[in-house]
Amino acid sequence: MTELDLARAQMAMLFAFHILFAVAGMGMPVLMVIAERAHLRTGHPVYLELARRWAKGTAVLFAVGAVSGTVLSFELGLLWPRFMSFAGGVIGLPFALEGFAFFTEAIFLGIYLYGWDRVSPRLHLASGVLVAIGGVLSGIFVVTANAWMNSPAGFTLVDGRPVDVSPLAAMLNPASATETIHMTLAAFAASGFAVAGIHAFLLLRNRENFFHRKALEIALAVGCAAAVLLPFSGDMNARFIARNQPVKLAALEGQFETERGAPLRIGGIPDVASRTTRYAIEVPKGLSLLAYHDPDARVQGLAAFPRDEWPAPVPVHLAFQTMVAGGMAMTLLSVAAAWLFWKKREGIFSRRFLIAVALCGPVGLLCVEAGWGVTEMGRQPWVIRGVMRTAEAVTPVGSLLLPFAFFSLLYLGLGAASVWLLRREVAASPFFPGGGGDVADPPDPEGIE
Amino acid sequence: MPDPATLSAGCLLASLVLYALFGGADFGGGVWDLLARNPGAADRRRLIASAIGPVWETNHIWLIVGIVILFTAFPGAFAVICTALFVPLTVVLAGIVLRGAAFAFHAYHLHESPKAGRWGIVFATASLVTPVFLGIVFGAISSGRIRATEPLAFRGSVTVWLSPFPISVGFLVLVSFAFLAAVYLILETNEPELREKFRRDSLRSAAVLVFLSGLTMALAAVDAREFFRSFMGRSWSIPLLAAEVAAAAGAIASLALRRYPLARACAAAQASLLLIGWGLAQYPYLVRPDITVFSAAASRGTLRFLLGTLAVGAVLLFPAIFLLLRVFKWEAISGTPRTP
Repeated sequence: MTELDLARAQMAMLFAFHILFAVAGMGMPVLMVIAERAHLRTGHPVYLELARRWAKGTAVLFAVGAVSGTVLSFELGLLWPRFMSFAGGVIGLPFALEGFAFFTEAIFLGIYLYGWDRVSPRLHLASGVLVAIGGVLSGIFVVTANAWMNSPAGFTLVDGRPVDVSPLAAMLNPASATETIHMTLAAFAASGFAVAGIHAFLLLRNRENFFHRKALEIALAVGCAAAVLLPFSGDMNARFIARNQPVKLAALEGQFETERGAPLRIGGIPDVASRTTRYAIEVPKGLSLLAYHDPDARVQGLAAFPRDEWPAPVPVHLAFQTMVAGGMAMTLLSVAAAWLFWKKREGIFSRRFLIAVALCGPVGLLCVEAGWGVTEMGRQPWVIRGVMRTAEAVTPVGSLLLPFAFFSLLYLGLGAASVWLLRREVAASPFFPGGGGDVADPPDPEGIE
Repeated sequence: MPDPATLSAGCLLASLVLYALFGGADFGGGVWDLLARNPGAADRRRLIASAIGPVWETNHIWLIVGIVILFTAFPGAFAVICTALFVPLTVVLAGIVLRGAAFAFHAYHLHESPKAGRWGIVFATASLVTPVFLGIVFGAISSGRIRATEPLAFRGSVTVWLSPFPISVGFLVLVSFAFLAAVYLILETNEPELREKFRRDSLRSAAVLVFLSGLTMALAAVDAREFFRSFMGRSWSIPLLAAEVAAAAGAIASLALRRYPLARACAAAQASLLLIGWGLAQYPYLVRPDITVFSAAASRGTLRFLLGTLAVGAVLLFPAIFLLLRVFKWEAISGTPRTP
């Protein structure tokens, strides 16, 4: 591996780790606020217990997200000093805004976690809402910076340096809207499904546990609401990429030759040597239809671009296929959940459906990783598309294997510890006699031990 | 009205002062956790954890604000600092990760388990190492050893920070944080024994602090000459040094007289003056001797936008921070702590 590969591997590892916690930092506060609101409305203690436990989970996930995010803000400069030297003055603004969003999150999470007995219930709930808003805004601001790397704007390039800089135009670059919407929805879908999956798994052991039932309802509601919208935001992204980053689209789809009425390939492995994608199921004219909403539209293939400007077609295509397949699974499950719930509320607690939800639990997070891989690997060989190559940005400091190995081990330990702690918290399965209070739809009394 | 580059550098310094006063003290708390010995170690550790718990993440963000100002307003300087100081910055990051994660695990889940001690040790050790390397970074950029040969790039050795002055600044920062924490902690409790313990710790660390300040100055005279000349030879040098000495003496005297709120004000003033003095002596350099706030400044448009964002953000932020302190720190701030 070259030093460049090591730098890329380290950055990828740091992002892959951080993004899981960042996604939880966007989604979890919404779940805990919904539970607390339900408690204030119904007075039922089960919701208070849920809010408290989800808050504890949020606290651990937020703490790890905060420190791993700090690492990233430094590593941008440690691993890619030339990138930051160029980009800092152009795209620093969203990071400054993110700082304030992050402050909001941290301040009100402190009040939320430690203030149960110190502030009024209303201020407490409002703090939770501000944590959720701060979380979503943090995510949005950071993603605009990534959008800028895909679609640089807000400056003029003169002698390799940015002049006439407009930070606002850089932040509101053409890719920002589609990327931020898709990422925000993905964060809610992934965290909603991950939490729902955990509670579905525990319900499979004891289907009448009232605590897990209520948890599943809230988490599924959030996850499904987001997941049904993902195909639309995905479509917006694909059409944007078709227009702005055609070489990325070609790599995503394994499209080597330029053609009219290009087929949509499901699965398959791109073979760079023979410039074909093998073993794919081809839907005639599907790609032209999806990317341009016109079955006969012309789609540029990889061959239309210089070879040294191609992203690596194999990992990009596979990551893209993984993301789409997982996203479709979540969308279908969401539609099924809505239908079951509408027919008979008890339907979502049927054994078969619980198994499906439990299996779908990790899918959202997997899709987030795959989707991040698509946007990052699909932009290669550029770090700022068309402006700076990744190879030009890398640090001259050598021996990058050391920090890579070190942070990998550190994060492995951290990840294992987080999972272990969260497991302890959830597996406790607090017992609540069903019904009581104003909660509608108590479980069957004979089901309670 | 100063120019936008100077104003941005001022904002950077301000965020660093706030980080030292709040986040620095949280690190100092970890140091006292590490040094806590029986009898009463468990009580002291519990007090430290409860004092830090609700606020540490907020306090930590001042560092992020600082780094964001640095790379937005002075992107070239950020690149040079990150390249030359790759090693100490990496250690700082590892320390931040370990400290934060261990504290969160410790505080939110494990206090009831017998294994809590292990996380406590990670938390405390990371609290000891991180400030030293953070200080080394500050010492190194003022030492005059980091040369940016071509415009805003560094091609020297990555061990450029291994020299007496940066290392002594590292320990000065560690002891400053520990001193701040000990003084703050006195007012977090009304338990007489705990108070006396932290009062003794404050006085001891004050003595080490005085010694290290002298040593650092002496080392600066030989190992960071330009910085030393600037620190001692400006029109503000004598008044600032006098204020610094007065604040330190005030802190020690009021600790001796058990006037704790006054001691806290003096300790905070002393730490702030130390950093402000460093910043003034460093100005107009960001990285001595080749990079100034002007040579590294981003475009005027960026600087104006950044300053506007910081101003608007501050208007929203400070009431929120006030609320946080009002909820959790009011007794400590007003000098009338409750029984824990």
